[in-house]
Order: sequence, then structure tokens, then C-alpha cells
Amino acid sequence: MTQLPASTAKKLGLVIDLDTCVGCHACVISCKGWNTENYGAPLSDQDAYGANPSGTFLNRVHSYEVQPEAGTAQLIHFPKSCLHCEDAPCVTVCPTGASYKRVEDGIVLVNEKDCIGCGLCAWACPYGARELDAKEGVMKKCTLCVDRIYNENLPEEDRVPACVRTCPAGARHFGDLGDAESEVSQLVAARGGFDLMPEQGTKPVNKYLPPRPKDVVPEFDVLAPFLDPVATDGKGFAHWLDKALSALPGGAK
Amino acid sequence: MSLDQPQLDTSPHVSDEVRKTTCYMCACRCGINVHMKDGKVAYIEGNRDHPVNQGVLCAKGSAGIMQHNAPSRLRAPLRRVGERGSGKFEEISWEEALQTATGWLAPLRAKHPEKLAFFTGRDQSQSFTSFWAQGFGTPNYAAHGGFCSVNMAAAGIYTMGGAFWEFGQPDWDHTKLFMLFGVAEDHDSNPIKMGIGKIKARGARIIGVNPIRTGYNAVADDWVGITPGTDGLFILALVHCLMQAGKVDLDYLARFTNASVLVNEDPKSDQFGLFLRDAAGQPQVIDRRTGQLAPWNGHGVEPDLAATHRAAGITHRPVFHLMADRYLDPSYAPEAVADRCGISAQRIRALAADLARVAFDEAITLDHAWTDFRGKKHAKMIGRPVSFHAMRGISAHSNGFQTCRALHMLQILLGAVETPGGMRFKPPYPKPATAHPKPHGKVTAGAALDGPHLGYVQGPEDLLLHDDGSPIRIDKAFSWDNPMSAHGLMHMVISNAHAGDPYKIDTLFMYMANMSWNSSMNVGGVHKMLTDKDENGDYLIPRIIYSDAYSSEMVAYADLILPDTTYLERHDCISLLDRPICEADGVADAIRWPVVEPDRDVRGFQSVLCDLGARLGLPGFVNDDGSAKYKDYADYITNHIRRPGIGPLAGFRDADGTAEGRGAANPDQLQAYIDNGGFWIAHVPENCAYYKPFSAEYQDWAVKMGFYDVMQPYIFQLYVEPLRKFQAAAEGRGHRQPPDHLRGQIKVTMDPLPIWYPPFEDGHVDPAEYPIHALTQRPMAMYHSWGTQNAWLRQIHGHNPLYVPTKIWEAHGFKDGDWARVTSAHGSITVPVAHQAALNENTVWTWNAIGKRKGAWALDEKAPEATKGFLLNHLIHELLPPRGDGLRWANSDPITGQAAWFDLRVKIEKSGIPNEAQPVMPAITSPVPQGPKDIAWTSRK
Repeated sequence: MTQLPASTAKKLGLVIDLDTCVGCHACVISCKGWNTENYGAPLSDQDAYGANPSGTFLNRVHSYEVQPEAGTAQLIHFPKSCLHCEDAPCVTVCPTGASYKRVEDGIVLVNEKDCIGCGLCAWACPYGARELDAKEGVMKKCTLCVDRIYNENLPEEDRVPACVRTCPAGARHFGDLGDAESEVSQLVAARGGFDLMPEQGTKPVNKYLPPRPKDVVPEFDVLAPFLDPVATDGKGFAHWLDKALSALPGGAK
Repeated sequence: MSLDQPQLDTSPHVSDEVRKTTCYMCACRCGINVHMKDGKVAYIEGNRDHPVNQGVLCAKGSAGIMQHNAPSRLRAPLRRVGERGSGKFEEISWEEALQTATGWLAPLRAKHPEKLAFFTGRDQSQSFTSFWAQGFGTPNYAAHGGFCSVNMAAAGIYTMGGAFWEFGQPDWDHTKLFMLFGVAEDHDSNPIKMGIGKIKARGARIIGVNPIRTGYNAVADDWVGITPGTDGLFILALVHCLMQAGKVDLDYLARFTNASVLVNEDPKSDQFGLFLRDAAGQPQVIDRRTGQLAPWNGHGVEPDLAATHRAAGITHRPVFHLMADRYLDPSYAPEAVADRCGISAQRIRALAADLARVAFDEAITLDHAWTDFRGKKHAKMIGRPVSFHAMRGISAHSNGFQTCRALHMLQILLGAVETPGGMRFKPPYPKPATAHPKPHGKVTAGAALDGPHLGYVQGPEDLLLHDDGSPIRIDKAFSWDNPMSAHGLMHMVISNAHAGDPYKIDTLFMYMANMSWNSSMNVGGVHKMLTDKDENGDYLIPRIIYSDAYSSEMVAYADLILPDTTYLERHDCISLLDRPICEADGVADAIRWPVVEPDRDVRGFQSVLCDLGARLGLPGFVNDDGSAKYKDYADYITNHIRRPGIGPLAGFRDADGTAEGRGAANPDQLQAYIDNGGFWIAHVPENCAYYKPFSAEYQDWAVKMGFYDVMQPYIFQLYVEPLRKFQAAAEGRGHRQPPDHLRGQIKVTMDPLPIWYPPFEDGHVDPAEYPIHALTQRPMAMYHSWGTQNAWLRQIHGHNPLYVPTKIWEAHGFKDGDWARVTSAHGSITVPVAHQAALNENTVWTWNAIGKRKGAWALDEKAPEATKGFLLNHLIHELLPPRGDGLRWANSDPITGQAAWFDLRVKIEKSGIPNEAQPVMPAITSPVPQGPKDIAWTSRK
């Protein structure tokens, strides 16, 4: 079995804001486009124009409806890709060493040259974040765009994962979660970012920011004064209007 | 195993070149970076410098590479060889195609130009295609606005000189409360998402008003699951609460709206309901400085909101009095509307109070001095940080125009239009209705039309009617049926042409509109209309020419196909003369250019029109010696002059490319755009960032930039006098009179102040028999029918269940995997159902335009889009069911003619599980081969 590094210099990962994600799938397709053209084998599609189209994606958005016991139902959009876990079971299960976690930044990658397509890692991943490419027979997963984030052929501002660069709502953030001072760590601290399925013991690097409370009906007593009627003196709205206008700057009546 | 890591090249070659152009995967028109490798498109991302998307890009945009390479792309001009609708074609040369088209069209132009109906669908070159149609001389031209969102556009223009999306946007940087009404999630796609992200990051609140909680409504802090078609009533209840509490911006209303303009109150007067005007025709107000009459725009005038004026025995009251009379009425109280809207009275009050709190208690002040058109200097800009956005959800109803008007009235009452934190117009808007052309329809054989086809009528005198009262246009736009149909009625063209009502046409010429499928109501009926023959065996619609880039459902119903290019293979201009891409802080336009050359025998449609225009000798398309004026569309974009100094593109004008707005043609203009990233932008000066309609500084800049030729400040029209003129005609006033059967409808609906009336379908079908509202939404990752040919996007939305709310789900005992038969007064469909709790309890819905016809789009006939996917269109008719008055009423807004898609009422029952969604239409023969089985799309060898 393959070993994990005892520690990594950085913990690069994503922070995904579930309060802001509108479920548009921009990240899904941007990822597909970049990774079809770049790292490793292209992401293939089977029966692409047929009855059962099915392709390889490194990032997918799932939508879950939540019905609270009391109150209004909500829809949560949940983007999901590899969480680059510190204790990544997909790495330790790999029989060939193809799956590995980088010591310098913690990114979990598959060295496709050594991958035999056995699929053990996909079974081991509790998040279902790996997909075996049906055409190449190799395991594909989020690379955190390792071929973008250090890429000197890209302008510096573009050295972020494709999904982060494209997200229209700004719901995806990238940075070093090992550095408590980093913007992403600060965001996690401020917004109560959480681990996905911590009970699995995988110590995911990626974090999710929870949706803000919704449909919190303000106490109407608090708001009611804003709607206090103005024409309560029995003289009617027109009378109030006259008074209100004469109080305006610029012109006594 | 060791920890030896493989050597990784973390700086691989990205691309040989980045070509910057404009996306066309929806109508949003974002800037894109097209990465090229070995001459092929390798990757598409957003252009960071572009004003629309600032670098981000949606799923559709990133999937453009698959659209560009779609197997459904047409390959060569086609001539129909089988029966219409069969899909049997032969490929012909362009010369043959163009000669055929010219042979059909030239005789029409010589004798009866109106026998050409030219409708251009989701056209982004309307200032060009309309110019062509005007030169041809037919009055029958429009694009797709009539079945899309003309209610939104027209209500906005008539009320305040612009609506949402292309006209205006929330002040994302300052707004504190954003209220979003029923939205097609692709209008305005990325900017709305960017704005939501921005205001969420600031902790501002979002309220979503929509029967369906998906997408933007899913992230809204509060969701108001309103009953479809009642948005106007809900808004007027908010107005009631705000007025009752005096929570309206009186200073703003007095100065910048016609709330202060005096209206004739005497029912016996021939001027009843019209403005009191001076000899120069200017509406009158009372000047608070003198207590005397003054023109609304007089220097230094301080308009009074309250004072009345009596002259010649007639009382004139300010519009604001009329508004108080109407909206303070208890019939608009929350308690009176709650049941119909499906929102509790307390919730309506809480929402109104919240609007009041944020608008007035959290007002913001910017230290920007400015001068208004009356010469008054203002030291500050006062902001009411409440903003709104709305699109088709509220407009695609038969009460949509008045609902959109009501929403604008709400914004204006709060003082939240063109003020900090509210809504901001995007130059060249705002532009009031009076600054737009009026419609033109004077036909002269062999000559051009007398002016632009579409425009804004100011009263009955501007209708396009023959002396006998019959409509001049085939779609009956600008007739008494729908007097303010500013975008035409593309959805009525086929049925009117088939019926020969108001007259028969010869050739129907369409572009980029899937009128035999998802863009038409009554799909089966439309197929019949397109294929019906007369007693001689000739088609009732004799000739159909169609241009599309793809093998859409409409292709099978044309006689001649002019294959268009993909958006990466063509020139286009996103022009200020058309539907611009500006932002509130800048005026902008953009181009598309061929980042790759077509590998098929296809041509950009606009270049084909240049060629056809020359062959037909259309004015503007030939030189004095009769030779072709424009080699292609690029030549037109560069050299066409619309008004002195004004061309299709406003940037890089004059020979040296330094002029902006106005300037001579620049032969190198397109290269200048390419070098600048595919677009041009000029920023609005800071002191006219707000108050644009009223700001002397802005007006001056607008004239300099060429938006218009003279300064034209105006005030918002809460009371729309042209509406009153139509209403007055219906009361029997004036010379031009509506037909008797329309008088009642016009009197009720064309009210000069916003009103609400129930959707028309409610009066034509039995609400007890059809108790359920049925809607469609467009998903964020798919645009119209174009998306499903896309191998990546169809994996996201490959089929479309009918979503059913809990109450109906449980009442019918539905379970996962069940199917239902859904029936309207017009038809039935049998479709898969799925449960959704976050849904108005009397509403079902599905995604729009996922369902496909077998044989179209190069998909397998067993594709889920064709077997499980479905359209609601089968349930909707362009006419309402008969109600025993001997007439058939249009299923559209009576003011603008907008298709009332969302008035639909249905009933639902559990069905068995059929093999396929019903009805099943026979397959059409595909003019292109089916797509490959497996793909791994890459430019890599």
C-alpha cells in the first residue's frame, strides 16, 4: 500500500460557500474543459449523443432539498470534488503507488502512468470523488489544477483552479488551509466552515461554508412601526401630504 | 512504496494563442478567451477585462467548445426534396441557394413587399436585419421579443425609459436589499450571479419572489412562493402599505416623476384623463414657489405634489392624488389580496415594512454634487438602497405589462431608480418612449418602407392600420388587438399566415427561431399550419426560407436552408444601435470575429443578407452603379453609417481610431476591437453616475457620445398618458375608434396607472376544473433548444421531470418513478413526475426546451431528450378556448401582445408508465449524420 506524507508544507484546497452557490454548474464544465485539454488523459464521454450519455467529471454539483420540521423547504446546491484529505484513504489503498499526496502542497494526484484502473481508490473514497475514465481505463480526480496554480505560462492572477476562476457567484475560494492567516482560513473561521463527513476520519482539507439561516421571519412587532399609518387624524391622506410637503426642504407651501 | 513523487511539469504549455471574442451560448454576451492550439479551439474561459462578465463564465460558455464542434452543425445549403416536415433535403451550392432566394423575393419586392414576412428570432443583429427588411419594403419584420419579454421592455420604456437587464442593473456596490421577481435564469446570466455574490459578501439581503425555489431563489434569504400571475397584486399591496405609512420619497416624486403633473378630472371634457398642457404642449405642474402653473421642465420650477388647479370649470389634480385615491383603497390591503397571492397578510406587511426600513432608515448619501435639468444644484446624492430585478416570470402573463409597470412604480415610489443603492440604467439607456421611433408600415412596391418597423406608439394615431381598420402587419402588431406591441408578435406569424388573416403572404423567412418546436405554442397545430395545402395542392404558406447553424426541429419545415456558422466562425457586432452590453458605469459594445474558419460550406447569415440585399438591389446594400455595397458583414460593420458619425460600432472611430461615439468610419476598426480584447468601453463621468435622466451633466455626455442628437431630459411616467389615449378611444372619444368587441378589454386593461387583473386564462377555462398553474424555467446550464446537442451540457439536463408540490404529490399518491397525465383546455401530455417541496402548493413546472423531436439535433432517436423529455408547449394555444361569445381571444397580453405562456392552467392525474413521454411526434429525417458514439474532446493529437 502507498504511504501518505507525515505532513505537507502547505494544505492547498478549496473553500466552497454553500450560502452563495446558485447551482449553475459553471465550475463543473470549466473543470471538464481544462482537464480534458490538460493533466493526463482527456475526460471522455460515452454515448455522447445517444440514449445514455455518461462522461468523466472531476467536479459535480448535486442539489438537495431540505425540508425542516417547521418552516419552508430549502434547496441546497452542493458542489463536490476531491477534498484532498490529510488522511486520504484513496492513497493508502492504492496497490501501485499511482495515487499519492504531494509533500509540498498536499494535493492528492494520480500518476496515470502507474494506474492500473483497479478502482480500489474510488471504493475507498467516502465522498465518491473519483471517476474511472471509461476510455483510458485510468482513475481521474480533481488535481486542484496543479497544472494551473504554478503555471508560469499563465498570468499570475489566473494561477488558480479553473473552477475558482470561473465561478460567477464567487462561491469558490482557493488557498492554503494550513496557514491560519490565509484568506481562506480566515473565511473558514469567520463563517463557521466545516468538514464534510468528519466521522470518516479523513481530515479533508477542503471546507464548506454553511448556508446562512433562511426565511427567518422578523418579529412583526419590530417592523410594524415602519408602517404606522400617517393619516390618523381623521383629516385624510391629502392633509398629511400637505403637511409632509411643507416640511420638505426647498419650499414652504 | 516510497514517498518518491513523480516529476511533474507544473508549467505546461497552455495555448499557442488566445483569441478574444464574444460568447453566444446564451443572450448574455460575455467576453471569452478562446485558447488555440495547433489552429484548433482548445479551451474557453471568461475575459477578465470584459465589462459583462469580468472573467467569470457560466457552464454554457465553457461548453462552447462542444457547441462549436457539435455534430448537428449544418454543412451546406439545402433544398427540400421531400414533403415539408419530412426532413428530406439535398445539398446545393450557395450560388444556387442565393439565386433561388432572389428568384422568390425579387418579384415580391417589385409588386407586394408585404408578402415577405421576415422574422429573425434570437437575433443579436436586429439593427442590421431590420435595416435589410426596411430596404426590402415589407412591414413584416420583428425578432423574438413578442414571445419573450416585451412586457418587461415596453413597460420599462414607457414608465421610466428602460427596464432590467440590457437597460439597467441593481447598484450592486451599494444596495442593501435586493428583491428578485420571477426570472429566466439566463437573463442576465453571469452579471446577476456576480451581483448576488457581491451583495452576499457584504451581508446584504436577498428576497426571492417566485413560485419555484431553485437557483437564485435557493440562495435568497427569504423566499416568497407567490401564486403565478399575482405578482402585480402583491406589488400593489406593498404600494398600499407604503403609501398608507407615508413611506414614499415625496421630494423625488415631486421633482423627477409626473406625480406632480396635473390631470383633467372632468369626465365630460374631451381632455378627460389627459395632462393639462401649455401652448407649447408641455404638461403643467403647480410651482411651489409661486402657486402658479408652470411647465414641468421650467427653469427653477419646484413642482407641487398636492396642489390642484381649477380652470374653465374643470378641476385638474396631480397624478399623485389619483394614485392615493387608487392605492389607498382597501381592495389593495394585504388582507384583501393574501389569498389570491398565496402570501399571508402579515408577511406582505413585514416585507413592505422591510422595504420602508431599508429605503428610509438606511438611506445612503454620496458627496457628489450634480445639477438637474431645471438648473437646480444638488450638493449630494441621496440613495434608497433597495433594488429589484425581474424578467419573464412576471412578464409572460396576460397581465404582464401592468405588472411590470406596477413593479417600476414601486421602485419609483421608494426613490430607488437612478439613485445610489437602487437601480441604475446602462447607457445608452435611459431613453424615454418619446425618444424612440414610432412604428412604420407604409408599403411602396419596389421601394423601402417609410421608416423603422418597430417603435413606441403615443396614441391611436400611431397604430399601423389600413383605412378600413385592418392591420397593416401580418402579426397584427400595433393594431387594436395589442396597441403597444413594441417587439412585434413572432408567435402569431405562422397562424396568421396560415389563416390568411389579415392577408396571405408568399414567403416566410426566418432566422434562429425554433418555431416548429419550443418557440411556438400549440406545436402540433403549428406543424399542420406549416404543411397544410390548398385545393391545388400548394402549401398555404407557399415558401419558407430558414437560416440556422444547427439541425433544429424547424429545419424540416423549410423549403430552402441557408446554413449559418457557429459563433466562433463569424463576424458580429453587439451594437449600441441594438441590444447593447453596457454597464451602469460605462457604455460598451463588442464584436465577434472568426477565431476559426468554418470547415463546412456555411456562411454567416448577416453576410448572406448583404449578398441577398445586393442581388435584390435594396437601398443601402448597393452602390450607385448597382454593385454590391458590402463584401460581407464585416465590411458593413466597418463602413455602414446610420446617422452622421454614427455606425454599428462606437469605438475606435475616425481614420486614426481615436474617436468614441461619433466619428468617421475607420477601415481598421475591427482590428482595433480585436486588439482591445473584442470590445470597447467608455466610462460614464463620475458626476453623472446617478440621476441620468435628470442630470444636465449626463445629458450633455450622452449627446457627445451620440446616443441622441439633442439633450432630452425627462421625468418618470407613473401615469402613462398614451395608455389613457387608448382607453379614451375605447370610451368613444376621438376619430380613430377600436372595434366594438375590443372596447371593454381596452377600457379595463389600458389603465394609465398600474392595475392588476386576473390572467385571462382564468376567465376562459374553469379554475375549478384546471386548478393547477403550470410553468417552465430555463436552467442556468442550458439555453433554449441549443443546449441539448452539447455533449457536456446534456449530461446535466438530459431530461426534465414535471416537478410537483407536496400537496398535489400526496393528494394523487405519487411515488418516485411515477408518470402523470397533464391536461389543459387545449391538450394533454403524459410525462414523468418528481416531488419538490420548495414550490408554490398549486404550481407544477418543468425545465424549458429540454424535450427534443426524434431526428433533430443529431441525437439518437432513443436520446432521453426525445423519449422522456417533453414540452409544455403542447398544452398552450396561441388562442384562448372559446367562451361562447363567438370570438377567439388571443392568449397574450392585450397591451403588448406578449405571449402569455405562464397563464397556463392544468389538471393532473396519475397515469400508467408509457414507453415514452406523450405525445410522440414522428421522427424527422436528419439532414446531418448522427454524432459519434464516444468522444474525448481534445486538441491534442
